[in-house]
Amino acid sequence: MKEIISIQQAASLIKEGSSIMIGGFLRCGTPYKTVNEIVKNKTSNLTLIANDTCYPEYDRGQLIVNKLVKKAIVAHIGTNPETGRQMNSGELEVELVPMGTLVEKIRSAGAGLGGFLTPTGVGTVVEKGKETMVVDGKKYLFEKPLKADVAVVYATKADKFGNAFLEGTTRNFNTVMATAADTVILEPEEISEEPLNPAEITIPGIFVDYIAFEGK
Amino acid sequence: MELSKEQCREIIARRIAQELKEGDVVTLGIGLPTEVANYIPSDIHVMLQSENGMIGIGQKDTEAPEIAKVTNAGGLPVTTRPGAVFFDSAMSFTIIRGGHVNVTVLGALQVDSHGNLANWMIPGAFVPGMGGAMDLTVGAQKVIIAMEHTTGKGEPRIVKNCTIPLTAENEVDMIVTERCVLEVTKEGLLLKEINPLFTLEDILKDTEAELIIPDNL
Repeated sequence: MKEIISIQQAASLIKEGSSIMIGGFLRCGTPYKTVNEIVKNKTSNLTLIANDTCYPEYDRGQLIVNKLVKKAIVAHIGTNPETGRQMNSGELEVELVPMGTLVEKIRSAGAGLGGFLTPTGVGTVVEKGKETMVVDGKKYLFEKPLKADVAVVYATKADKFGNAFLEGTTRNFNTVMATAADTVILEPEEISEEPLNPAEITIPGIFVDYIAFEGK
Repeated sequence: MELSKEQCREIIARRIAQELKEGDVVTLGIGLPTEVANYIPSDIHVMLQSENGMIGIGQKDTEAPEIAKVTNAGGLPVTTRPGAVFFDSAMSFTIIRGGHVNVTVLGALQVDSHGNLANWMIPGAFVPGMGGAMDLTVGAQKVIIAMEHTTGKGEPRIVKNCTIPLTAENEVDMIVTERCVLEVTKEGLLLKEINPLFTLEDILKDTEAELIIPDNL
């Protein structure tokens, strides 16, 4: 059985200067309650690892607007003009990573791999400073694994084993992030008293350390 | 010939839709490429893939809650079509980078004679990030560029060599503008079709790259 904690307790697990992975693709499938609480706590100096920096008004976007992030490792910042502004003024370091490379770096860390070779980014600025290798006549970039101190991931429904079901396109980065951090917090919308059907589980509960639930 | 922006976009989207075949897995970029979906012939079934994690995108979903559970890559709520599948980002990019997408349609800031594409940033002016564009360009079997022939200021977008940071090298297969259709070959850009509303001169005057013009065009 996993420990069920409040949203406030979950947010307090994120310390100043932590690296934090947050699931979500824009507003879809993101653990916004815990993220909003981190914003309230003003936990700063964070390294944010996520698909994008969302919109200025919401969750990950609010972390940026409130200047709680020192470095963002993301694939897309176009929906949050404040990220671009802070990047241009030197207040925020932004490492832009191709989306497929970003998810695979996280997957590598969670899967115990020392990195991978990808053709994505060959001949572009992404290649800069990276080792390359030619395999069967094709050039690849070597990309390293990426892990974090804490991952906060979304679930539509979870049981007390931490097994989670994610509906529709809410899966996005949540599944891989749950495998690649020292502490993993799952934020389900609903907790089931009965164990979920094993055939319908998106994230195995073994990856989850805490379940953050409103009303706890 | 002066066309409105909407007319240009419709011509481009309609022409690209003719390139799609029954059963194709197709990923459309955001903006003009998304409009291709409106002109897919009704007698073929195409599987639209979305990088955020689905195949089988339907229509805009007007009844979804504020935070929707099924969205497209632009974050907008969508419905599913029969045969739809959801998956996570790792699977999405296995599909994209692994060569399982038959056709991708992407916008461009510049394309050059070598099939190089630049569509993710203008240094100092516009840096949204590459999102999934680099993976798509490298991984899709066929890369079609959908763009207006010139920039808003009338500058050529089809250039000898891209002058802004690349999305990928030598990966573009076809360029469709409101004026013409070009195929990227080893020898350079081959002019395949001219929109009858335009003349060859209209194309050449606003194209910086050299074009190969077949006699029988």
